[in-house]
Amino acid sequence: MSLTNTINRSAITLLLLFLSLFVSLPSNGEDKPAAGAAGADPAKVAEGAKLFEANCKACHAVHDVVVGPALKDVNKRRPIGWIVNFVHNSQKVIASGDPYAVELYNKFGKTEMKSFPELSEDQIKSIVAYIVDEGGKKVDVGPKPPVDGQPQSEAKDEGGYSGIILILIIIVLVLVLVMLVVFLSVLKRYLKDKEEKLAESDREIVNQKFDVLKVIKSKGFLSIVGIIFVSLALRACWNNMFYVGVDQGYAPIQPIPFSHKLHAGQYKIDCNYCHTGVTKGKQANIPSLNICMNCHSQIKSGPRFGQDGIAKVIDAYNSNKPVKWVRVHNLPDLAYFNHAQHVKVGGIECKTCHGQIDTMEVVRQHSPLTMGWCINCHRETAVNGKDNAYYDKLLELHSKKGPLKVAENGGLECAKCHY
Amino acid sequence: MKDNNKKYWKGIEELSNDPEFLKHAHNEFPEFLSVKEKGSSEASDAPDRRDFLKLLGFSVAAVSLAACEAPVKKVIPYVNKPVDVDPGIANWYASTYQEGGEYCSILVKTREGRPIKIEGNKLSPITMGGTSARVQASVLSLYDTERLEFFVENGKQIKVKSIAEYAPLDRKIIDKLAAAQASGKSIRIVSQTILSPTTKKAIEEFKAKYPATEHVMYDVLSAEGILKANEISLGQRIIPSYNFGAADVIVSFGADFLGTWISPIEYAKQYSKTRKLSAHKKTMSKHYQIESNLSLTGCNADTRLPIKPSEEGLYVAALYNALGFGGLSTKAPNHEVIKKAATDLLKAKGKSLVVSGSNDPYVQLLVNKINSELGNYGKTIDVSTPSFQKQGSDEAILKFIEDAKSGQVGAVIFYGANPVYDHPKGEELKEALKKISLKISFNDRMDETSSEVDYVCPDLHFLESWNDAEPKKGFFSLTQPTITPIFKGNRAAQESLLIWSGNKTDYYTYLENNWKSRLTGGNFQELWDKTLHDGLYSGKTSELHVTPGHSETEAYAAISDTASVGAFHTGGSSTPNVNLSEVEDNINRTYKTNSGIELSLYYKVGLGSGSLSAGNNPWLHELPDPVSKATWDNYLAIPKKMANEMDIAQGDVVALTVDGKNTGIEVPVLIQPGQANNTASLALGYGRTKAGKCGNEVGKNAYPLIKVKGGRLDLNAGVVTFAKTGDERKIAQTQTHHTVMARPIIQDASLAEYQKDAGAGRYKPMIHTNLYGEKKPTEITTWYEHEKPNHLWGMSIDLNSCIGCGACVVACQSENNVPVVGRKEVLNRREMHWIRIDRYYSSDAETDKTGEYFESESGVKDLEIAAENPTVTFQPMLCQQCNHAPCESVCPVAATTHSSEGLNQMTYNRCIGTRYCANNCPYKVRRFNWFKYFENEEFDKNVSMNNFLGRMVLNPDVTVRSRGVMEKCSFCVQRIQEGKLKAKMEKRRPIDGEIVTACASACPTDAIIFGDRNDTESRLHKDNVVENAERSYAVLEELNVQPNILYLTKIRNS
Repeated sequence: MSLTNTINRSAITLLLLFLSLFVSLPSNGEDKPAAGAAGADPAKVAEGAKLFEANCKACHAVHDVVVGPALKDVNKRRPIGWIVNFVHNSQKVIASGDPYAVELYNKFGKTEMKSFPELSEDQIKSIVAYIVDEGGKKVDVGPKPPVDGQPQSEAKDEGGYSGIILILIIIVLVLVLVMLVVFLSVLKRYLKDKEEKLAESDREIVNQKFDVLKVIKSKGFLSIVGIIFVSLALRACWNNMFYVGVDQGYAPIQPIPFSHKLHAGQYKIDCNYCHTGVTKGKQANIPSLNICMNCHSQIKSGPRFGQDGIAKVIDAYNSNKPVKWVRVHNLPDLAYFNHAQHVKVGGIECKTCHGQIDTMEVVRQHSPLTMGWCINCHRETAVNGKDNAYYDKLLELHSKKGPLKVAENGGLECAKCHY
Repeated sequence: MKDNNKKYWKGIEELSNDPEFLKHAHNEFPEFLSVKEKGSSEASDAPDRRDFLKLLGFSVAAVSLAACEAPVKKVIPYVNKPVDVDPGIANWYASTYQEGGEYCSILVKTREGRPIKIEGNKLSPITMGGTSARVQASVLSLYDTERLEFFVENGKQIKVKSIAEYAPLDRKIIDKLAAAQASGKSIRIVSQTILSPTTKKAIEEFKAKYPATEHVMYDVLSAEGILKANEISLGQRIIPSYNFGAADVIVSFGADFLGTWISPIEYAKQYSKTRKLSAHKKTMSKHYQIESNLSLTGCNADTRLPIKPSEEGLYVAALYNALGFGGLSTKAPNHEVIKKAATDLLKAKGKSLVVSGSNDPYVQLLVNKINSELGNYGKTIDVSTPSFQKQGSDEAILKFIEDAKSGQVGAVIFYGANPVYDHPKGEELKEALKKISLKISFNDRMDETSSEVDYVCPDLHFLESWNDAEPKKGFFSLTQPTITPIFKGNRAAQESLLIWSGNKTDYYTYLENNWKSRLTGGNFQELWDKTLHDGLYSGKTSELHVTPGHSETEAYAAISDTASVGAFHTGGSSTPNVNLSEVEDNINRTYKTNSGIELSLYYKVGLGSGSLSAGNNPWLHELPDPVSKATWDNYLAIPKKMANEMDIAQGDVVALTVDGKNTGIEVPVLIQPGQANNTASLALGYGRTKAGKCGNEVGKNAYPLIKVKGGRLDLNAGVVTFAKTGDERKIAQTQTHHTVMARPIIQDASLAEYQKDAGAGRYKPMIHTNLYGEKKPTEITTWYEHEKPNHLWGMSIDLNSCIGCGACVVACQSENNVPVVGRKEVLNRREMHWIRIDRYYSSDAETDKTGEYFESESGVKDLEIAAENPTVTFQPMLCQQCNHAPCESVCPVAATTHSSEGLNQMTYNRCIGTRYCANNCPYKVRRFNWFKYFENEEFDKNVSMNNFLGRMVLNPDVTVRSRGVMEKCSFCVQRIQEGKLKAKMEKRRPIDGEIVTACASACPTDAIIFGDRNDTESRLHKDNVVENAERSYAVLEELNVQPNILYLTKIRNS
């Protein structure tokens, strides 16, 4: 049985190979990129591209190994029927003892490929068409984007440019002002010579002396100065609010477009996996690059930015340059906050303070991080003292008065957070 | 109930009610913000109020403008996070502090790879978890910007990217060493005492390569007298192990064993055990101190006898005679104290200890004889476990200087030694160095010696290096790096020596191999790992075989199995063999009474020799001297009587003439109660010229005054005369800054009284009420009680154990980011220490008169008598964490509040600086930030906040306070929070002793116990409620502020 099977399969493979050679040979001479074995129907290729983007891209690329193998020439390696079966239910094919499938499964660390029963045979064929089409294109090895701070550096350039414009405008305005003053004095002098001929009211204007003090004391001047001062002060307050953490909704552009939505949402990677300090101490820890590389030594292409985003991670790791992330949650230095106390002891979930991180493409500050917000939570939340001998006596003492709130255990005291 | 009528005084100025003192006594704050009203007649350059307001307006505008740029903060994680390092979590490493023979087994706290705090290692049988101010402060020296970054060749730094680039320089040095070897002249390695056997092995290797090499070890704090005496009488040049803990009677002739003598941390631990009292132990040791200047040890003595230095030998002889072991025909003074001491000693044969700080071998021989007659050898003195902390030889260094002068030295290597500064013949050496063709120094900075050499190859700081130590025979510990070398151009001195000897092994491998060759039993890796983890070798010492070439250890024969049980052996010791007639002759020849004023030199407890990195450590300079409470200076201490006779006032600058020679030293005078009449004393370790920013030009260098006599150094400098120069230099003392106006702050009793009534000496105030009669202060209150269901943090301070050493002060400074303010601001009474050690004098000779009386003739006399030989009590004073805190109720913005755990909390961000709290604090423990001490060039001596390197020592868990806010002891709330969190995470209650404050953990005598009063199993509860309930008192109990700190009465065995 198995022998005939193998012979059959190899025959088919050989046939396919031969066919593909035959088909692709003349195409080498053509200017247009090679069309696939299934016919170079651009509509089909486009449909395949769409489907590939939606279903395969997370784990596969045409030219590179990502989670799964590079798919270029898959049509040459395997018959289309096998491909369809494998896509519909890869585990079934492996379980059937198919040697190629088993080898593939072992080679990629026994990672199960997701089954796609919803894809029709035609759809799979169009994906293959797209792969064939894409496989014929040359791999573009362009210069890789720099690792960090591109958005910032651009902004900086712009800032410098607008600064020059601002200075030019100011210079022009000052020149206009000087010219106006000169005009005024020339006119005045001219009119003064003909003083007798002027009407009484006009004479008054001409003889009027410019009084600096009067101008300074004038309501108009004072209110202008006042408005400038108030607006500057407001601006300062606004910026200083940042230092005290009042910056709810702050979602800065990061040097690497890391998506929590993808990692935490779609792939359901546990927060702890990267933020290793969260149950140990004060800091939750921004993951070090070696943690990124646990996966990204294999996964080199992402669904949104392709290789660009991940390349920055890999480059930074290889060149031993840390990534300068922009800090989102800026608790002021005078407040001591400890993640372990809240997560490990208190059993608070991450999203309670950080919001639905798993839906955020770019992380933004979910909570106000003000003292009022902290204190309010301490007032409302009961101490998580279950099965914790530390709290046994306290809870017993408090049992008649209802649940022991954090506030009742000193949660509002200054030196809990400020020292 | 007995009222304590004894009067306590903190300084002469308080006793005599000096007008200056009175002025300050009522004004805690020296001056208010210097702003005058317009039109005020006061001629001052202070800005007027309107200018002030204008400036204020301007600065508001400036700040608003400056804030226009939106801030973006970066957060930069590791590329490769080290497995053990988690940001925000401290790592602890066991290591060993060793500098100039000083030893302390330590734990180093590191945060994100930076050492920030040093604590004692409780596993050590020698230091037993104790530390000293110098050990605590050594972490700051690591971040000293004066350290050399690179090797120096002829005064020029050679910048390199890695240490390997020094290969050409090494070749040059090797060639020169070879030339020196070939020249027939000798090569010398000059170091202080080296405790490390492996370092010695490396030196041996160097010697093997260059056979002309001699290793010269010397001690700045020389113990030549003891070494010599033991060489004569025991046949071994050793310092024995002393056990003050087993001595019921201690007689010390000028040995400051709690402060500076040989191994003070170890002795303080032992000594304090004999001083502690409880319901189960109602006896304590009796301590006599016979000395000329009031030392830290003298302050703690039960009976103290001030003598002149020239009488020292005679007094030792007098004691020998009084003991009745035989008559020495010396002109022995017959003093009551000596007779009493003799009687007590005879009662405690085999349980007593006589020590002397003298460097005269004949005095030490007589001391040996006394101890031998008393049967103390094998009981309180252990010859079989000698201490290696002093191995230096005065003769060797003197010979080196002579040889250098006569051109017999071809090359010299200075290793952790600065003899140009710290040797009395330093100037001669400096000249003689010019005759030596190759001079190398391993010192970490261009100090006095390094500036005179050809090559400086800076050694690593001990916190950056690998090493081992053998402070006592058979006791080994390891030093491990807690940070990678800060400067890439520094190299371990041992590695340099090895390279120059042609051995390419790095020092770590060399060290490990050396241990491997010694540790034969068991699995080496396991033993090594455990030793590294514990910081010390705790296995059987038979596993340690003597290293070939380690001559010192070899000399001491086999090591016994029991050495690891404790740092002390009893029984079976050899006894000294003393030729009495020789001693008699020499004492008669040396000690002749004279009528002149004698100058004795001494070392400061904080600064020590001051000759290496400690000399540039601002924490040590600002640590008030335990006795005089002076900072940032040395001074000539003279007794009150002499000051009166010579009409010299404190602060008058005098020029010193010693033995008829003008020394060129001009120092201010300090009137020191307890200083023996016709004596004066001056501290060594000051007057550095090339230590760095903090140490240069602080005080005057007294090292040239050390007398070189018969091949040894003598701190008794001879007869001194001094004359006023007319200048005045105020001494920055802290003692009377926060005075307490003659209230019963110190409560004390004699041992006899205590044995009759455990509550002896207690002052128990009663408050009269109209309705209920006499009531205890705690029974009447207008306050609602705070509930404290969880913890109630408290502290017990045993005045009997506290020796006043100041380790806690520096530990607190290091833990809590306390700024250094400098001499000028200390003079302005603005020091910032959160814990201070109050030193009180008292005397039976006092009258109850005050004020003008002391200006009368009989008053002056009384004052002299009172100051002649006062009794001293130390009292650590810190925030008492009052449960009914007076500071809390006066704060207009609720910046200081009470917690449910009994803590008096200080919230810096709320504080607006009214200083009402400090005015209302009965203990005067609140400190106001008069200035911005960080990032402020005016305070450049506050190095931990004013330069990039120094800032690395800051504790990241404690806020650096800004100008205009009040601060005070927080009971190390950051440690409490950390400890509680650890317990919660492990789902248990905190274990007693797990959470301790920095001061309690640093204390070498366990005088401070910190704990939870709600925990009835805690040591604190046992101490204050069970064992020492009667002795426990709250300072100023009558105020009913209910402090969480209780003190135990001071009991004197007099």
